[in-house]
Amino acid sequence: MPLAMTRAQSRLPHLCGAWALPALALALSVAPLGGVRAETVLVSNEKGNSITVLDGESLKVLRTVPVGQRPRGIVLSQDKKTLYICASDDDEIETLDLDKFTLGPPLPSGPDPETFALHPDGLHLYVANEGSSLVSIIDIAARRIAGEIPVGVEPEGMGISPDGKWIVNTSETTSMAHFIDNDTRKVVANVLVDSRPRRAEWTADGQQVWVSSEIGGSVSVIDPASHKIVHKIAFAVSGVPQEAIQAVGVALTKDRKLAFVALGPANRVAVVDAQTYEVKKYLLVGQRVWNLAFNSDESRLYTTNGISNDISVIDVPNLRVVKSVTVGNQPWGVVVRP
Amino acid sequence: MGHPIGRRARRALLALSALAALMALALGSPRAEEQSPAAVKIGFLREGVKREAPQPYLDPPPADEGVAGARLGIADDNTTGRFTGQHFVLAEAIAPAGGDVAAAFRKLVGEGVRLVVTDLPEAPLLAVAALPEARAVTLFNAAAPDDDLRAEKCRANLLHTVPSRAMLADALLEYLLAKQWPKVFLVVGPTEGDRAYAAAVKRAVAKFGAKLVAEKPWTFQPGAKRSDSGHYSIAAEVANFTQGVSYDVLVVADEDDQFGDYMSYATYAPRPVAGTAGLVPTAWARPHEEWGATQLQDRFRQAAKRWMTARDYAAWLAVRAVGEAAARAQSVEPEKLIAFMRGEQFQLGGYKGTPLSFRPWDGQMRQAILLADTRALVSVSPPPGRFLHQFSELDTLGMDRPESKCRLQ
Repeated sequence: MPLAMTRAQSRLPHLCGAWALPALALALSVAPLGGVRAETVLVSNEKGNSITVLDGESLKVLRTVPVGQRPRGIVLSQDKKTLYICASDDDEIETLDLDKFTLGPPLPSGPDPETFALHPDGLHLYVANEGSSLVSIIDIAARRIAGEIPVGVEPEGMGISPDGKWIVNTSETTSMAHFIDNDTRKVVANVLVDSRPRRAEWTADGQQVWVSSEIGGSVSVIDPASHKIVHKIAFAVSGVPQEAIQAVGVALTKDRKLAFVALGPANRVAVVDAQTYEVKKYLLVGQRVWNLAFNSDESRLYTTNGISNDISVIDVPNLRVVKSVTVGNQPWGVVVRP
Repeated sequence: MGHPIGRRARRALLALSALAALMALALGSPRAEEQSPAAVKIGFLREGVKREAPQPYLDPPPADEGVAGARLGIADDNTTGRFTGQHFVLAEAIAPAGGDVAAAFRKLVGEGVRLVVTDLPEAPLLAVAALPEARAVTLFNAAAPDDDLRAEKCRANLLHTVPSRAMLADALLEYLLAKQWPKVFLVVGPTEGDRAYAAAVKRAVAKFGAKLVAEKPWTFQPGAKRSDSGHYSIAAEVANFTQGVSYDVLVVADEDDQFGDYMSYATYAPRPVAGTAGLVPTAWARPHEEWGATQLQDRFRQAAKRWMTARDYAAWLAVRAVGEAAARAQSVEPEKLIAFMRGEQFQLGGYKGTPLSFRPWDGQMRQAILLADTRALVSVSPPPGRFLHQFSELDTLGMDRPESKCRLQ
């Protein structure tokens, strides 16, 4: 099976904190490859009010952690030890210790947090407050809201440039990608995209922002320097009505060769040549595919499938779907802890 | 900076300049000079009729039904308008009950309004649409479901954001067919609306190849229903009424909710109730929370302090259609907005999964229809992949182009 080939490259466990020694001992005693810990896949279950934890190698569910109401966006802390969780209906960000799987004191979030992004400085979270047309900036260490930026109706996607200078927020009902200057915290440009934009994904080189539109069923590739759409990618799957093609999750390989776009109720992930924008393939996954995440060496891509309550595992080198694993009720977000 | 007034003033100035900067950010030209926002004035025309609900104890009829949706639409349009340099204003006009709707309309036109959302029944709506002052105005019908408004009586200056009865009936029949419950027993109430609803159901039964096994008028006056032990007499009446017919679903045509609510669990045979009661085809429903609908439900409840109704939703759609067209066409000129809105590219997100747009042949907004009872969303029509269409599955609901009797003028 092509999936197992990269396991040997997994990183050593983190060795800081009081728990490090017992954890290491545990890792040594159970890990098959002597001290090498497999990756962990973390999935938020919007209706299950839980986080499903899977082993990145065996793809077995290790545990299901009950969390707050309507968990959607999830993101790892910079040291990868904590999972931040948007508990949308509890109006707070929960912090999950990924070694003990216990919830720490929550962070403020502003009302109805849906998604967020961690600034490259590792110190700030930028939260889309869906109910109040705001982006809130959270100072993680101080546990306070350090700033608010008014944006369009139903802010959704948050993308931060790799150099940390630009924040892109999409607003679903306004149908714009708002470019925010991180220094002045002001909106400097608004790019109108197709209806109901969701994700804003920067390329690793910081040269482009890819914005998906759910109702429009397209992806707009935006040049962040000119704030112009340089290309719009459309999708068509034979046998699937055009109205069911709704672009949501976007994942780009670091070398910007391939992009993957989750097409919602079309139950497909589109594989796009990120240089020519040509759609190469549609991969059949679970129902209402929503968000996507690579593992650390980009050999695998995980998808959350909201209606079939599972995740699909895509073998990236071979562009094949190799497995699906049942998780909790209405999986929404996914991240991989190295 | 040091003295106390300075600080406050500075803050105000900062807020002001931030606002001005936002407004100046015209689309595509982030360095656009400051300009005062261009305004779009949208009229809202309704009659001050006190509506009565048959069960005011359960659901008191909201005094602001309809207009509350338009008000939220304006707020949503203005949030977007901050970034496009556009501003939206709602001009509300209420004609007194039985009073002069035309005068209220003329007053709006006199104030420069060219886009008017109407919360009116068919007759006053048609009267307004026929006024000479209405020639340069586009009316958004957000309340009248009458099929002839989209057919023989259609008008070029009318768009409809409220679904027609034909759309509702088709949505119900698509569901019944998908469930393989084709045998319909139709109960028709006494009003003109009830008969029109029944006609739409019968048309849908024929269209989808279902079967009308019985049709009976409801004449019993359930006046005593809510008195002590009153439920005995109505339960006996419903059982008698439904006895001796072999059917799958009892479809009720009772638009004023005079008796439909009393049908469920009282029929002779154990059969579900649908139509205007029981499983209801509707543009909007309280249990709807899919496709981001939770956000609209929450926003509306916060603003209006009550749940959004289908009537509120139709008004919200009309105002949002104007806002969406203004942002896309980058214009606040009514003619340009309407041209864009009627065009092929127009797509409005309506929290029902698929984009909404206007049918060019009769001005009806195509939209998915929910099937819900008071507590659960049961289905959404058209069910995907079940009823195929050459262009859009949404056009399996209501009058499609080839069958339309509308000749726009």
